[in-house]
Amino acid sequence: MREWSGDHPLSTIVVEVMPKAELLDPQGKAVAGALARIGKGEFSGVRVGKRFELTVDGPIDDEIKAAVAEIASEILSNSVIEDVVGIHYPGEDA
Amino acid sequence: MRIGVITFPGSLDDRDALRAVRMAGAEPVALWHGDHDLQGVDALVLPGGFSYGDYLRCGAIASLSPIMTEVVDAAGKGMPVLGICNGFQMLAEAHLVAGGLIRNDHGNFIRRDQHLIVENADTPWTNGFEQGQEIVIPLKNGEGGFIASAEELKRLEGEGLVVFRYTGVNPNGSLDDIAGVRNERGNVVGLMPHPEHAVEAGFGPDTAVAMRSGVDGLTFFTSVIRSALVEA
Repeated sequence: MREWSGDHPLSTIVVEVMPKAELLDPQGKAVAGALARIGKGEFSGVRVGKRFELTVDGPIDDEIKAAVAEIASEILSNSVIEDVVGIHYPGEDA
Repeated sequence: MRIGVITFPGSLDDRDALRAVRMAGAEPVALWHGDHDLQGVDALVLPGGFSYGDYLRCGAIASLSPIMTEVVDAAGKGMPVLGICNGFQMLAEAHLVAGGLIRNDHGNFIRRDQHLIVENADTPWTNGFEQGQEIVIPLKNGEGGFIASAEELKRLEGEGLVVFRYTGVNPNGSLDDIAGVRNERGNVVGLMPHPEHAVEAGFGPDTAVAMRSGVDGLTFFTSVIRSALVEA
């Protein structure tokens, strides 16, 4: 365990996961249908994905980045049905 | 023969599966997701339900449970493992079978007496059926759409890994009408419909013979008992 020393702010890492582009996305389809029904038909498509915010106490080093890459592909997403489309670290342009 | 049924937080068909095992003539053994112990069982059932509220992805968090270490190990050594509905989703998440399950294409939860074709009667869970036999067992899920890449589908079909196919109606948009698959060795089988709910006349699906008379699900459990006897 990494002890929170109080020297650094909490760091938040964002992982974004989307259903594979070629797959039917029933959630997105349902939202798109609702938009059309309320007169917002200019949006021809909606796709729904997931955003994960991982918090670590203290700075982000290579070890943390390696762990993020691993859990993003192995746990936060299932490569059969989803793609990790973004991993963002604090200070980077999202 | 002792057949274990693992209870996960949110399992809801574990009791029915234990009962089906007993009615088929084997000894049911209740197992717990948090243990690292299969209690020496000869076969395993991962039951249906909504483990961990289907958070993250259906079956995903359950597939990381402590007992799954032993399940993966036993499956690798050839122990018969049957994943039903949420259990099938766990098998897919644990990569014990190919493919993935996504939300039904129509977006609705569905419950129906579902007709299936047994595409592979050469597994421990299906050897009591005839190849190509049509059976009917209940189906009830919100995320039963079976998908795999085009390449993987070709492999599943080419290697005879499709075990059950929907017939009459494709209830959820599953590719190639696939309702259930097996691993390469054949000991691990997963399917979305529920054999454990079709084991006793009067409480099963409707058939052409009579209402609620369907007991096709019992054959899954008598099959695995028979395969154990053949091996012994």
